[in-house]
Amino acid sequence: MNCFPLDARLFATVALAGLLGACNGEAPNAQQYGSNPELPPPERGVLPTMTIAQPAAWGDQQPTVPEGFTISAIATNLQIPRQILILPNGDILVAEGKGGSAPALKPKDVIAGYIKSKGTTPVKGGDRLTLLRDADGDGVYELQTVFASNLNAPYGLALIDNRLYVANQDALVRFDYREGQTEASGPSVKVTDLPSLFNHHWTKALAASADGRFLYVGIGSNSNITERGMEAEVGRAMIWEVDARTGAHRPYATGLRNPTALTIQPETGQLWAVVNERDELGDDLVPDYLTSVKDGGFYGWPYSYWGKNVDDRVRPQDPQKVASAITPDYALGSHVAALGLDFSDSVMGADFAEGVFIGEHGSWNRKTPVGYKVVFVPFREGRPAGDPVDFVTGFRGTDGKTRGRPVGVAVDPRGALIVADDLSNSIWRVAPKGANPTEKKPD
Amino acid sequence: MIVNDGRVHPPGLHPFHGILLAATVPLFLGGLLSDLAYASSYQIQWSNFASWLIVGGLVFGSGALLWALANLIFARPRRNYSSLYTALLATTWVLGLFNSLIHAKDAWATMPAGLVLSVIVVLLACASTWVGFVKCGPGGRG
Repeated sequence: MNCFPLDARLFATVALAGLLGACNGEAPNAQQYGSNPELPPPERGVLPTMTIAQPAAWGDQQPTVPEGFTISAIATNLQIPRQILILPNGDILVAEGKGGSAPALKPKDVIAGYIKSKGTTPVKGGDRLTLLRDADGDGVYELQTVFASNLNAPYGLALIDNRLYVANQDALVRFDYREGQTEASGPSVKVTDLPSLFNHHWTKALAASADGRFLYVGIGSNSNITERGMEAEVGRAMIWEVDARTGAHRPYATGLRNPTALTIQPETGQLWAVVNERDELGDDLVPDYLTSVKDGGFYGWPYSYWGKNVDDRVRPQDPQKVASAITPDYALGSHVAALGLDFSDSVMGADFAEGVFIGEHGSWNRKTPVGYKVVFVPFREGRPAGDPVDFVTGFRGTDGKTRGRPVGVAVDPRGALIVADDLSNSIWRVAPKGANPTEKKPD
Repeated sequence: MIVNDGRVHPPGLHPFHGILLAATVPLFLGGLLSDLAYASSYQIQWSNFASWLIVGGLVFGSGALLWALANLIFARPRRNYSSLYTALLATTWVLGLFNSLIHAKDAWATMPAGLVLSVIVVLLACASTWVGFVKCGPGGRG
């Protein structure tokens, strides 16, 4: 019955050191843009890799924009702005809110939820729509007013003729809208319920078809990779096509883990989406992507990623579904968290006339942070062509602090890109220099 | 200078120390059984149960381990404490923590490592408890 406590302590120290060492694997930063991204083998240490944004105020700083453009904050003190809709008269509608109601199922959920909340705003979601107006066209939005309130984590916005559609986290609703209105004339009317037994991914993206007959609703999965059970995924990870008149709906495309922004290509009427892919497979898996969405297409989740790469974490597996999985069009890089998407226009200048703008909220599940910017993906003949170009950067400063996190982006046909920032709770406007009367210098 | 406070420490584990120690067995065993249920049914709730039961084993185990370490370090004389018991318990706890981190992976990613570790941790918890009671016996103050 002798004692040698030193041995026990030594053992514990060595074992812990081994544990911690196992999760510091550094992977090279693979080239992950475009139609044929490099996909390293899956890896996951004992602890998931996490680098969480450290929020800081903008102070005198501003995001960085390309030469020939200016940027200004046209609205501040919002309550978690997410998606943006430019109305026909130039008014801007902003959906504000924070949804999600998924219970913590494992000890991990409690811990990870707390850690991730450190990288977001402490402000409470507004559950409302705010309207911004620049009546004299000088690029300064002198009116900032609440258009509608008491919504439930509104996200996607679309206008069809005189009806404004809002995708709450639990239902698609509509308001009557007439041009010039600054406040909804009555409460919202429900078009259809949306899957929301609980909402691990709560954002319901929205786009209206070119002919105005249908609405497309992006519905995210109810887990990272089925860890909340297969039953929770019924009706999830898909895009619905909803009849705007009746609310009747059908799955339009499936297997899209979290389709966070939808938009219609102006020339073709084709539906495009950005999709956030699964986590905890390594720093360079799985690329988030931009894709045209095929009617009836299956895009892999949960059984496979980037086409037919099987995800071994899913049980039971489904080889038949994997065999039918479509490879997306264009990889944006792993963990960038693409949340905004809009097609550009000639008003953005020759260099940025043909392509899409994408708002990247920024990573958490990656050692070296990525995203935290707005990129431009150039198109040629209606398809992505070439690497993404940084358009708005500086949200994550060289000091390691994060001052903003881009969400929705919208091209204003009057000649600007509007960007929602849900960390500093502001709206940014990026315009070509000289586009606004106030910016013109006297000769 | 050696100071003897004159108190006599009866041999054996304090009853509460015994409770903390013995509780590791059903909790880690419950984790193992839940892992087996998940592996055979793919019902994720079993995996959730396993995660919490393993954390429960760690909570009780950490109490017992701290007590055992304190005894090893502070008890005078040290004759009542088994280093084998403490080492076994420390190993149980460290592997239990490792198992808990493996169980924090999503869905089937916990397998098969989680199941293998659960078996090892249950055997170690049984061994620690067995050795703890055999070497020290219950009803003491340490």
